[in-house]
Amino acid sequence: METFNVYASRLITKKEYFSPGHRACQGCAEALAVRMVAKALGQNVIVSSATGCMEIVSSPLPFTNWRVPWIHVAFENTSAVASGVEAGTKALIRKGKLPDKGTVFLGMGGDGATADIGLQSLSGAFERGHNFLYVCYDNEAYMNTGIQRSSSTPFGAATTTSPAGKLTPGQITWKKNMAEIAVAHNIPYVATSCSSYPFDLIQKVKKAARINGPAYIHVLSVCPTGWRVPPNKAIWIGRLAVETGVFPLYEVENGKYRITVDVPELRPVLDYLKPQGRFRHLTPELVDEIQERVTHEYNKLKAKTAL
Amino acid sequence: MKPAVLTGEYFMTGDVACAEGALAAGCRFFGGYPITPATEIAERMAIRLSHVDGCFIQMEDEIGAMASVLGASWGGMKSMTATSGPGFSLMMENIGLGICTETPCVVVNVQRGGPSTGLPTHGAQGDMMQARWGSHGHYEIIALAPSSPQEIFYLTITAFNLSEKYRLPVLIMTDEIIGHMSEKVIIPEAKSIKTVSRPKPKGRKDRFKPFAPGPNGVAPMPAAGEGYNLHITGLTHDEKGYPVMTVEAQTEMMARITEKIQRNLDDIIRTDSYLLEDAEIAVVSYGISARTSIAAVAEARKLGIKAGLLRLVTIWPFPEDQIRKLADRVKGFVTVEINLGQIHREVERCAGGKVPIFLVGHPGGTIIHPDSVVKMLMEAF
Repeated sequence: METFNVYASRLITKKEYFSPGHRACQGCAEALAVRMVAKALGQNVIVSSATGCMEIVSSPLPFTNWRVPWIHVAFENTSAVASGVEAGTKALIRKGKLPDKGTVFLGMGGDGATADIGLQSLSGAFERGHNFLYVCYDNEAYMNTGIQRSSSTPFGAATTTSPAGKLTPGQITWKKNMAEIAVAHNIPYVATSCSSYPFDLIQKVKKAARINGPAYIHVLSVCPTGWRVPPNKAIWIGRLAVETGVFPLYEVENGKYRITVDVPELRPVLDYLKPQGRFRHLTPELVDEIQERVTHEYNKLKAKTAL
Repeated sequence: MKPAVLTGEYFMTGDVACAEGALAAGCRFFGGYPITPATEIAERMAIRLSHVDGCFIQMEDEIGAMASVLGASWGGMKSMTATSGPGFSLMMENIGLGICTETPCVVVNVQRGGPSTGLPTHGAQGDMMQARWGSHGHYEIIALAPSSPQEIFYLTITAFNLSEKYRLPVLIMTDEIIGHMSEKVIIPEAKSIKTVSRPKPKGRKDRFKPFAPGPNGVAPMPAAGEGYNLHITGLTHDEKGYPVMTVEAQTEMMARITEKIQRNLDDIIRTDSYLLEDAEIAVVSYGISARTSIAAVAEARKLGIKAGLLRLVTIWPFPEDQIRKLADRVKGFVTVEINLGQIHREVERCAGGKVPIFLVGHPGGTIIHPDSVVKMLMEAF
């Protein structure tokens, strides 16, 4: 990450492409992430958006807040539609029917639309090598339909379809590692980010947009409604996710790993779990299990950065 | 830990009543995927199946959900999924696989406005023809349309019984309005609920043919692992289950999967009526629109119009005889449904041009108001 001085916020454009007036919940860090991504990309972008929270909060009249071309597709096909938009535009440029303005093709979806139902379409687009950027806004469950688990829901989190009680401790599987799945496609750029670190996010989006070929950014997006945290704590929770090593921020450029927000000493994972209602049923044993896994995964990542 | 049958009186939504009906019918597997307005069925099953040692799995999409239901059925469980329009579209290939492999299961479609993403939070009845012909190829299907949370409880049990008896996916075609509507639901005692389970094969295991029809046209069905050799395929197959790509095998298999329904129409078809005995105009409706129609028929009677209601509980196979008989004695038909004329076409076909037929339809998003039905009854006849 580049060094910013205290006036760094002034370096971000005042222009809004994802404008105010949408109907996201109070404290929605996902809407904040979308806003930052839109700022980073500017006017010259075509957005393909999956069904999900960000579609439903940003599109119906009179709350429509996109100031760039935007297409809502079905749930499973964002990357396929973005592939078509990219390939079609490229063909028209080749035939001289459209000027080459360096338009960015953005596909976006939530964790369900990316890691579950849309994974096949995303994998196909990576393999074909379209020059597009896919941003996954990961709020770790199907929040639009009312908090059902996804394959991106962390172990132990309670949702309506992974209920916590005497019989189950909430989600019983570990979070799918989408960034690593993207890396396995050998695409030129993969990164993780979080809207609690706006400069990190903006830098990565700008870099991804410049790169020729598929790029993938996985953005942890705190959901106060679904995670059972107060709306005014969303940014803090996002920071804790990074500071505890639960969600490290890194980028993989042509296979080279680099941690972008360095955490010299990880805080205990309990600091992250404790403020969240979705984890309140966890026993100390389960917390230990999560700690062990987080440490293990973090060390694995660290080892990769040393390569 | 609660029992499978929650005997008692409740105030519950159609979605919750559907889940409770499934548990009462013996359903112990649910493969789900969130979609408004059917999510509540999955949410209820996620909790309740754990009470009865059942299995709830949330799949990665509706393709997976439907496929998991077929797999669970061959594993020996009564299985179910629930969805709405977009998910129903994704399930279509696997519903066809269920038809071809004669796999008992239940699919609930809580209909919302379409096409595409449409109106996720508003009701419609626009998937009725998709229910009949949505998967490719020619086949027979069973679809039921409940009109209230109480009825969805009972019809879910009926759906499981029919699917087990005739070995095919049975569809419950409800809608957002019933799914999200809270009404009184009475759940009877467990012992008063009649449940049917698929007939199990008897006799020598080495001579078993998994698709050789029994007396009612349906083959007994073992579960995988019970010692019978099973070869299950979506390719055209013979009675042993092996793929045979000939015209003869296709003809024989198609006869098996269609005749078991066509020969048992009296057992499968259910209708209900209101003031129909002396009616001169027959209102034909189903699901939530039949509730509208009851009010309209009552109002029309007050105005001196001799209207009556034929409520279709079984939609597919279509109650053709009932419509044909009515066509011989009424002056005309009015169909009421939240689409722009789907079951309407079926009524028109069966009426055979004998009497005029009018549609009170709506593109979706709301219930049909009784006034619009009364208006049609006054103006058309």
